[in-house]
Amino acid sequence: MAKRMGKKRLIAETGAGMHGVATATVAARFGLPCVIYMGATDIERQQANVFRMKLLGAEIVPVTAGTGTLKDAMNEALRDWVTNVDDTFYLIGTVAGPHPYPAMVRDFQSIIGKETKTQLQEKRGRLPDSLVACVGGGSNAMGLFHPFLDDASVEIIGVEAGGHGVTTSLHAASLNGGVPGVLHGNRTYLLQDADGQITDAHSISAGLDYPGIGPEHAWLHEMERVKYVSITDDEALAAFHTTCRLEGIIPALETAHALAEAIKRAPTLPKDHLMVVCLSGRGDKDMQTVMNHMAGAHPQETLA
Amino acid sequence: MSRLEQRFADLKAEGRAALVTFVTAGDPGYDASLAILKGLPAAGADVIELGMPFTDPMADGVAIQLATLRALEAGQTLAKTLQMVREFRVDNQTTPIVLMGYYNPIHRFGVEAFIEQAQSAGVDGLIIVDLPPEHDAELAAPAQAAGIDFIRLTTPTTDDARLPRVLERSSGFVYYVSVAGVTGAGSATSEHVGSAIERLRRHTDLPISVGFGIRTPEQAAAIARLAEGVVVGSALVDKIAKAERPEQAVEDVLALCSALAQGVRSARG
Repeated sequence: MAKRMGKKRLIAETGAGMHGVATATVAARFGLPCVIYMGATDIERQQANVFRMKLLGAEIVPVTAGTGTLKDAMNEALRDWVTNVDDTFYLIGTVAGPHPYPAMVRDFQSIIGKETKTQLQEKRGRLPDSLVACVGGGSNAMGLFHPFLDDASVEIIGVEAGGHGVTTSLHAASLNGGVPGVLHGNRTYLLQDADGQITDAHSISAGLDYPGIGPEHAWLHEMERVKYVSITDDEALAAFHTTCRLEGIIPALETAHALAEAIKRAPTLPKDHLMVVCLSGRGDKDMQTVMNHMAGAHPQETLA
Repeated sequence: MSRLEQRFADLKAEGRAALVTFVTAGDPGYDASLAILKGLPAAGADVIELGMPFTDPMADGVAIQLATLRALEAGQTLAKTLQMVREFRVDNQTTPIVLMGYYNPIHRFGVEAFIEQAQSAGVDGLIIVDLPPEHDAELAAPAQAAGIDFIRLTTPTTDDARLPRVLERSSGFVYYVSVAGVTGAGSATSEHVGSAIERLRRHTDLPISVGFGIRTPEQAAAIARLAEGVVVGSALVDKIAKAERPEQAVEDVLALCSALAQGVRSARG
């Protein structure tokens, strides 16, 4: 699209760095200069992805405003975009932002749900019974959910980052702990105070550390097509360790939220229940965060 | 006739442009900010834009981002901003006040309650930078029904195909953002502004105010020869940032305002 529109430069915001790495990759492949906006806090906790982006030739701009996380990076990317709109294409990393981004990103990401549907048809000859995905802005979840929305038999569960718990002030669960508002060009559920000021989100996973959520998720929540639950930092970490040990898979901390919900639900379901969990990211990028957490919270568990 | 219409009509008769000054409400604190607000008309401000602080000022450059943070840290809220306007109106009935900011605090406050209180406080216009014309009817319609002008932004990228959409139901004046970018960014050339205003005039009879990147009396004078209004914001706000005491902030902002006003008033002499 950038090439077709004659844009010569790519910009993106990133939280965990996955979207930044993806953007830097296509920029390298197509020979376009690339600038990635990333919160200073996130740069600190996602060093591996920062290094990957640099290897791929991207320029990383640290954003220190606010809490130095995803929303601040998005503010800064929007500022760059309005300044350089003539030659710059902005790749928003989630199903949020001004129209048509939520729809456009959904349509691109829906390859996840389409492949899931086709593969399950081939292997099992039927639809899944349930879908589970983690939701920050909600792009991987929307990608999985969207092709199944009209299949009424499929139960759909989105998992928000509960941080220290949605009853505390330290979480990133916009649907379970926020109210409707307007930010970054969309009307959706936001974490905000009584004066309409956006409050800081908290999650152990940088990719879910955002005080809003894509507007289509807000709509699916209100119409009750999708059930949105939350998983705390501790539950996500426990699921992270369980999945490493039992499956040999090192999941991203974002993904660990979806896995924690799957682990909660599975024992209550019949043996032939077909559940799809979106393994949205791998955990290599989170080694430092997990090590720090083990050293701090549970010193007896350190692997050293 | 609204206060904005009256002011632009009077200045047209005088043969000069309006100096439109922007400061953030509550920066550096409520009392100093109110002192600045009350002092601006005597220092030559013809129209006052009062920024409503918001945590995520995505259309603003560093100067106004920092002003916003100072105001929020000092405890500014939307209710207090309306209170400032009320206090200003105690002894000023002629200088128009335009509230400028982002939609979320108003959305949270409740549109109906906000419009009612803004009207009774003496607010004359609104500029809501993150509400595009396609989505602003829920605020613009009740505002205009209450006699509060709804001012829209046009930019170098608002082309002839889109301009009618942006100008439809605009009132008060048209704000021309002279550079693609955020507040406080580099300034546009007089040639660019001249041709942009010519293009706007083909689409509207409303007064046109030009802003973004205007910092000095000389720049203000150059724009005052071309447009009905000259907006200065970041340069004034920078004075607050650099001041060591609130009293000094008040003094320095008003001094710069006087210098800018001289520039604007001498422009067509």
